[in-house]
Formats: sequence, structure tokens, C-alpha cells
Amino acid sequence: MLEVKNLTVSVSGRKILDDLNLTVRDGEVAALMGPNGSGKSTLSYVIAGRKDYTVESGDIVLNGESLLNLDPDVRGAKGLFLAFQYPVEIPGVATLTFLKAALNAQRKRRGEEELSTPDFMRRVKATSAKLKISQDMLKRALNAGFSGGEKKRMDILQMALLEPSFAILDETDSGLDIDALRLVAEGVNAQRAPSRGFLVITHYQRLLDYVVPDTVHVMAKGRIVRSGGKELALELEKSGYRDYSEEAAVA
Amino acid sequence: MSAGILQARTPAEMFLASTFDHSKAKLPGTDRVAKWREDSFKVFNASGLPHRRMEAWHYTDLRVLMRNALPIAAAPSAPIVDAFSKEFSAARFPNQRIVLIDGFFVPELSGDLPEGITVRSLASVLTEGRTEYIALLSSQDSATGNAIVALNAALMQDGVVIEVAPQATIAEPLHLIHVTASPAAHFTRSALLVGAGASLRLAETAYPSRYAGQANACLVISLGDGASLAHTAMVTGSAADGMRLETMMARVKTRAKFDSFALISGIGLVRRQVFLKFEGREANASLTGVSLLGGREHADTALQIEHAAQGCVSRETFKYILDEEATGVFQGMIRVAPDAQKTDGKMLSKAILLSDRAVMNNKPELEIFADDVACGHGATCGGLDSEQLFYLQTRGLPLREAEALLLEAFAGELIDSIGQRELIDAFRLKVRAWLSARHKTMTAPADVTL
Repeated sequence: MLEVKNLTVSVSGRKILDDLNLTVRDGEVAALMGPNGSGKSTLSYVIAGRKDYTVESGDIVLNGESLLNLDPDVRGAKGLFLAFQYPVEIPGVATLTFLKAALNAQRKRRGEEELSTPDFMRRVKATSAKLKISQDMLKRALNAGFSGGEKKRMDILQMALLEPSFAILDETDSGLDIDALRLVAEGVNAQRAPSRGFLVITHYQRLLDYVVPDTVHVMAKGRIVRSGGKELALELEKSGYRDYSEEAAVA
Repeated sequence: MSAGILQARTPAEMFLASTFDHSKAKLPGTDRVAKWREDSFKVFNASGLPHRRMEAWHYTDLRVLMRNALPIAAAPSAPIVDAFSKEFSAARFPNQRIVLIDGFFVPELSGDLPEGITVRSLASVLTEGRTEYIALLSSQDSATGNAIVALNAALMQDGVVIEVAPQATIAEPLHLIHVTASPAAHFTRSALLVGAGASLRLAETAYPSRYAGQANACLVISLGDGASLAHTAMVTGSAADGMRLETMMARVKTRAKFDSFALISGIGLVRRQVFLKFEGREANASLTGVSLLGGREHADTALQIEHAAQGCVSRETFKYILDEEATGVFQGMIRVAPDAQKTDGKMLSKAILLSDRAVMNNKPELEIFADDVACGHGATCGGLDSEQLFYLQTRGLPLREAEALLLEAFAGELIDSIGQRELIDAFRLKVRAWLSARHKTMTAPADVTL
């Protein structure tokens, strides 16, 4: 379970998140929607532990444990995963070498035994086939020269291998054509489990046709301004975000 | 010479002068060689150790950095040769090798050489007065007047003259192994002649040693028409007070191909000078290097590329990883002669600074006298990319491990271009060892391939 409690965050003195509260239970898929600049990506970065933000007050709690003072890698080992809006290109770092290093770094920190190369390869091959990730892609440097769709699939592959207890998908639908979107959505749906929560950040209803959320939250000006069921996303598709921006301004 | 100038001499300069006075009668060579030595010492003595007011040495002030000069090395004794002989046979050393101990060629330690390669000691060439080789060994081109090259000529003790017969293709790398067996100064001059149409891969390695030593080594290279040379150099050590002054002087003829890669690490002070001259048309050269520096190490790579013929291509890419209080220097000059039309020359230096106290000095220069050329240079300096680090960290890699992965990738790009598996692995291993020494407890992730 992820709990964001009264979280206020600023960047160089400017408030980006303002007393934000959000709870996503195990097994729940929560959609986070909202206009540009409402603070959605900031929230995902702050949860993952990016250092460029100042947490003024509040807490972020994963499975009963506060994440605030933990480094990003420790948060990862504790079960948090962030699929990036723009997965980063890392030329010169072989994808497979990276995947195995990441997986074993997390296992090591949790006191688990490291995976042998054959075990690791079996897992990679099984999962990458489902995501239509070719051997050629795995042989290349991490995300280097990948298309937008390839990068997103590579992030979903990482999620599947790392088996987090909570995953944040930050605009995973952006830049995807309809076939790639379906493939990525299938990859996400395959990971849905009673013990795993998701926070799906998106501008559009489109992704939510494939990854159907249990709850929908609307964010504006750094806070959650409305919450509801999946029908809320359909309503937003018709009305747009204008009302919520003004509502937040008044509040 | 006035007494005033003599008084300004540093202790190292005075020691070098007395070394020359005491050794010159014993150094190998005919009378003509002795005259060459005298003339060379005069060139050195006129300027003394190069210092910051000389443009080519502005960032590497030897007068300050070279606190003392060590006594000149003696030829290795029989017990030393014997000890290394045992060590080498136990260590599964490459058989195709030439071994120099403290700069002296040791044929007993060198392995079987394939047909097409001839090796002579420098001492024998100088003593026999083999003018055809001496002419090459003393052809310094734009290195003329360089104080370090002059000092090398004055005091050269030994080295090797390697000849590859025309059209010979040497499949396996030829290893040139430098062993430091005493805390002394060695002055080595070697030559490599690759005949027309011949091809060779030369791998220079510094054998791990507990002695720092002071080396002044020159390698004169001549590539005949259509010859091909792939050269790598492991300029490494493990002594903060070690010093290596290295000069490579290469002449490249028509359609010859020359690739050279060097890794510099673990030596307190390194100056690596490359003088490259294109003498024939449509030749191709690529000079690359990686410097991994920590502590108070200082490494200077200084290039002079002379395009004196039409249609030649040169590529120079040098990377630096600088930690703690290390200093990196890159100086590169591409000079294009008036009739060297269609020259294509590109030079790049990239540095990653891991500490606020590390320093990088870049001085790329172009002098172009032809009008139909494509030449360029660039230099970058910075830290590691914070986006990349954060991405890797979110996947579970601790900061130090994420850094190591990115740094190995940075250096690895040039290492992989060596194009020979065993050598690539050896250089990558060196980089990993350096990174894990930096990170102490960190173990670099093993490669996984399909």
C-alpha cells in the first residue's frame, strides 16, 4: 500500500505539491489525471526519491515504511518502481548487463541470493517475448537509439523482472501508437496482482480503456481535487480539466 | 655559458647534466652517434627542463613537477633476468613478445617471433653504425627541439628496432612488454618499420612493478605504402611518484592505416607526445586514449598531426576521468600544409570530473594552409549526467555502482574500437579495477551476452 500524507514539496522556493493526500491499496490500480503543470510528474519523481525537490512537510509511506529518507535504489529494493515518461538513453551500457546488475543489486539488498546467469536469461527471454522485445534490442545499449515505443516496452520489461510491490507509470501512453499502446497495456495488465498497487499517470482516457482503473484521482495545482471511480475518467474526457483548475485556484 | 644560468638550474637538471657527463663514454654508438648525443644534450641544456613559459609545456611544468632525477638504470643482472624468466613462464604470457627490462632488450625473455618480423637491439644498431636505421631513429621532424626528445637522444641506452617485412601479415598481436625492475631512470628509443603492404598489431604493456622509476621512451614508427598498424599501449603503473615521458613519432605513407589507443593510469606524472606526419596520400590515422586519474596524478597528452599530403583522414578522440586532485591535459594541433587538399581531420577531448578539485586543461588547435579541407575540434568537460544516474538508481543500483556503470561505458566506447577481443578485455579489466579501487567495496557487474 502507498500512502502519501499531507505532502508539500517545493523547487527553489516554488510550491509544486501542496498538502497532497493519496492512498493506493494493494491490488488497486489508481489513475492520476490532471492538466499540464498540475504536479503529476513531480509527485512520481518525489516518490521515487529524486533529489532536486525539497520536501517541506508530510510523508510518503510504502507498506507501512516511510520512504522519505531513503535513496532511490533503496526505495527500489523496497518494492517501488517508476516507469519513466521519458526513459533515459544510456549509451555504452549493455541492456542485459544492466538488467542483471539491477535485479541482483535489489536481491542483494533484500538479503536474497543472486540470480545465476542461466536463471536470469530464462526470465528475460520469457518476459521479453511477451512484450515483443527482440533479441536485437536486448543486445543493444540501454534505450540507446530506441524508438519511443521500444523505450516504454523496455521499462515494462524492467518492471516485470523486478516484480515491485508498487509501480508508478508516468505517462506511459505518451508517444505511443495504438499497437504499441496495446502491447504496453497488456504488459501492465499481466502484472496486476492482489499484492501489487499501481499509480497510472495520464492525460487521456485512451490508456484507461486498456488498463482499467479501480479509482481515478484528479490533480490540479499540486493537490488532489476530486476522486472517483473509472467513470470519472470518461467524464473528464468530455469536460476537460478547466473546471478543476479553477476549483483548485479557489481552494 | 654564463655562471648565472648554471645557478638557475634545478637539482634535477644538474643531476641530468652530471649523468650525461658520467655516462656518455659508456653509452653505445659510433663516433657519429656520440656526436648526435652531444648535439642533443646541447639542445636539452639550452632550455633545461621544459616549463610553463614554454607554450607546449604550459600545463605541464616539468621544472616544478620533476623534483628529482633518478640515477640512470644499469642493464639487468643475470639473477633479475632469471627471476623474470620464471615469473613469465608461470604466468602464461603471450609467446609472441619482446621484453625490455629497465629499457634494455632481453632476448632470453622474448618469445618466438613469426616469420616476417626482425628484431634488433638499439645498442647493436648504434654500435654497428647501421646508418639506414640511425637515419630513421634520428628523424624527429616536428619533434626537433623538443627538450624531452633531445634528452632521450642524448641518453638512450637501449630499445628495439622492429622490422616487418613488406607484404607480411602478422595475425597475432606482437606484445612489447616494459618491465621496471629498479628505482632508476631509463632512456629507451625504439623503432618500428612496417614495410609496404604489411600489417601488424603491436600491444605495449607495462608489467606490474613495485618500483616507480622514471622513463623517457621514444618510439619511431614508419608505415610504408599501404601498411597497416594497430597499436595499443597500457601506460599504467601503481606508483604516485612514478614518471613516464613518452614520445611517439610516426610517419605514414600512401594509403597506410594507423590506429593507436593508449590507457593512462596509476603513474604520478605522464606526458605522452604524439607527432604524426602524413607523408603519402589517402592515408588514415586514428589516435584515441583514455586517462583514469586520481590522487594528485597528472597526465598530459600532446598531439601534433601534420597533414603534408592530399586526402588523408585523421581522427583523435581522448577521454579523461578525473577524481580527487588529478590534473588532465589535452593539447592537440592539426596542421594542414598548403598542398594537403581534401584533408579530413577531427579532434575531440571529453572529460568527466568527479571531484571539485580535479582540473582539466584543453588546448585544441588547427593551423590550416589549404583551402579545401574539413577540419574540426571540440572539447567537453562536466560531471556525470544526473538523469542517467537517477534512472539507474531507481532500478536498484547504488549510486557508486551506477557511477561505475556510466564511467565504464564512457571509457568503453573507445576501448571497444580496438577491435581485438583479448585486448579489449584486458583494457576493460584495467578500467574496472580502477573503478572498484575507487569504490572500494563495489564489484563491477559482469557482462552478460546472449
